[in-house]
Amino acid sequence: MSNSIKASRSITKTIVYLVCVFLAAVSIFPFWVMFMNATRGTFEIQQSALALLPSNQLLRNFDILMGKTFNPITGFINSVIVSTGATLCAVYFSCLTAYGLVAYSWKLRQPFFTFIMAILMIPGQISVIGFYQFMYRIGWTNTFWPLILPGMASPAIVFFMRQYLLATLSIDIVDSARIDGAKEFYTFNTIILPIMKPAIATQAIFSFVFNWNQLFMPLILLTDSSKYTMPIMVSLLRGDIYKTEYGSVYLGLALSVLPLFIVYFLLSRYIIAGVALGSVKE
Amino acid sequence: MGKKKRKSVSYSRYGYYFSIPFVLAFLIFSLYPVVYTLLIGFTDLRGVVPTSINFLENPFQNFQTILNMQSFQRALSNTALIWIMCFIPQLTLALLLAAWFTNRHFKVKGQGIFKILIYMPNIITAATIALLFSSLFGYPKGPVNDLLLAMGLIETPLNFTLMKWNARGVVAFIQFWMWYGHTMIIIIAGILGISPSHFEAAEIDGANALQIFFRITLPQLRTIILYTLVTSMIGGLYMFDIPRLYNLGGPDQATLTAAIFVYNQAFSGSYLYNRAAAASMILFVIAAVISGFLFYILRDKDEVKLRRQEKERIKAARAAAKTNAGGMAV
Repeated sequence: MSNSIKASRSITKTIVYLVCVFLAAVSIFPFWVMFMNATRGTFEIQQSALALLPSNQLLRNFDILMGKTFNPITGFINSVIVSTGATLCAVYFSCLTAYGLVAYSWKLRQPFFTFIMAILMIPGQISVIGFYQFMYRIGWTNTFWPLILPGMASPAIVFFMRQYLLATLSIDIVDSARIDGAKEFYTFNTIILPIMKPAIATQAIFSFVFNWNQLFMPLILLTDSSKYTMPIMVSLLRGDIYKTEYGSVYLGLALSVLPLFIVYFLLSRYIIAGVALGSVKE
Repeated sequence: MGKKKRKSVSYSRYGYYFSIPFVLAFLIFSLYPVVYTLLIGFTDLRGVVPTSINFLENPFQNFQTILNMQSFQRALSNTALIWIMCFIPQLTLALLLAAWFTNRHFKVKGQGIFKILIYMPNIITAATIALLFSSLFGYPKGPVNDLLLAMGLIETPLNFTLMKWNARGVVAFIQFWMWYGHTMIIIIAGILGISPSHFEAAEIDGANALQIFFRITLPQLRTIILYTLVTSMIGGLYMFDIPRLYNLGGPDQATLTAAIFVYNQAFSGSYLYNRAAAASMILFVIAAVISGFLFYILRDKDEVKLRRQEKERIKAARAAAKTNAGGMAV
């Protein structure tokens, strides 16, 4: 390799590393500031808002925070209930639907699949008015059902599961189960689901995070503050009551995303692999 | 010779059974609300506790009102502006990073860590990010202003929330920041799916990196870029969390997005469900039209031609089979 090519390669390499480090810093910076400021008192923050090292006002901020309507524990518990329920519904029934699309040949199979793909394009928010009115009339506003049950129809997850099944399922397993006298539904639950574990794991993570982060729907449907989910609690921090308590606001924000950080750094490999998997058609 | 008779059990009905939960959930929670929303758009439903619901004499009155409302037009143009300001950097940076990370000639060390950190903003609740950035960009005192002052880039603190373009810029930046990692990962997956022989052949023919990227990589990524474009556009049309929480007290007209407009019509003060429903439907039509347009422009013309040829062939085969149907199939 001639020297000029080597030189230009090194320059490119340096640029690449610089840019990547810069972007990584940009990704971390806001959260670092958040965690640091959560430990500083309001007065300190007003002196100099930017800090790279923590201080010692953590407990005081915590007291101020808990003294008002922001209740991270309630928000946390509610979010866990909603997210877990929605994820269970979404993943289980998507597996069921995908299995129905792959393992059996029935006349409407292809049109049904095309139909599911078409629904993929419809965002939930257009029907929010009708949805809200509907839930109001059957008395389900202020309950968690309208946040959990609609997950049963999740076209994106069905698509992903179907791709996975097409790649990994061989009908022989099902046939041998039939010969042994197993009913179809039993076969699905005891044989197919374990095969789908990796796909289930990936989609469960995504579905959980997605539902955890929802603000729009819960904000509209839940009016009782004891039922607020985390994002709604966070939106309360914006109100007048916390306006000048900067330290506590930062602490509230930090608390609301702490679970997400923990989950993410434990599972980041799977999450990123899942994003890649879901987008490439084999 | 007669046909052999084999008795086999057909399990195809289970396909229908297993699909029932999905279909039911969809009908109840998606289709009915959509139809209901459409219907409400034609009525005069309003008020905290709706008392009566009547169809309007002029069915399209709500739609006309909405389309003529200055704030609605504002909301649409804001949404488009912010989306463009967000998506172009997002796609460009994602493509650039993906090209770097899949470079066949040198491996970027620490790739895994970079990917993890760059993707991270996508996971965090948008509401939290909005408030966090709202505090970060505080005026006159805020971490970002402090940083810019310390680095000597500006002389007086910038007001990021009250000045129109600053506010829009920050909202666009937040959206970009949250999604470029996601786009990058998807594009990397797409590039890895391209057969290496294409790249090798191009290199043997003497193509340099730029040529390879624009002539080989990009066209192969067409479907993925289309997917990203459409989902980002639809997501952008319904941008709610970030603008609303970032700027609750700010110049709402500058960061008023379409989804916030609908929310305001329905749930803050006026409870004009009918107008909100009409606005939702208008947004949906816009999204459908743009999606259709994008699909049309970016369609794989060769694939469409191939498919058409296939269909002709099948038709011809069927016609030929019919004329031969007199003989018995042995």
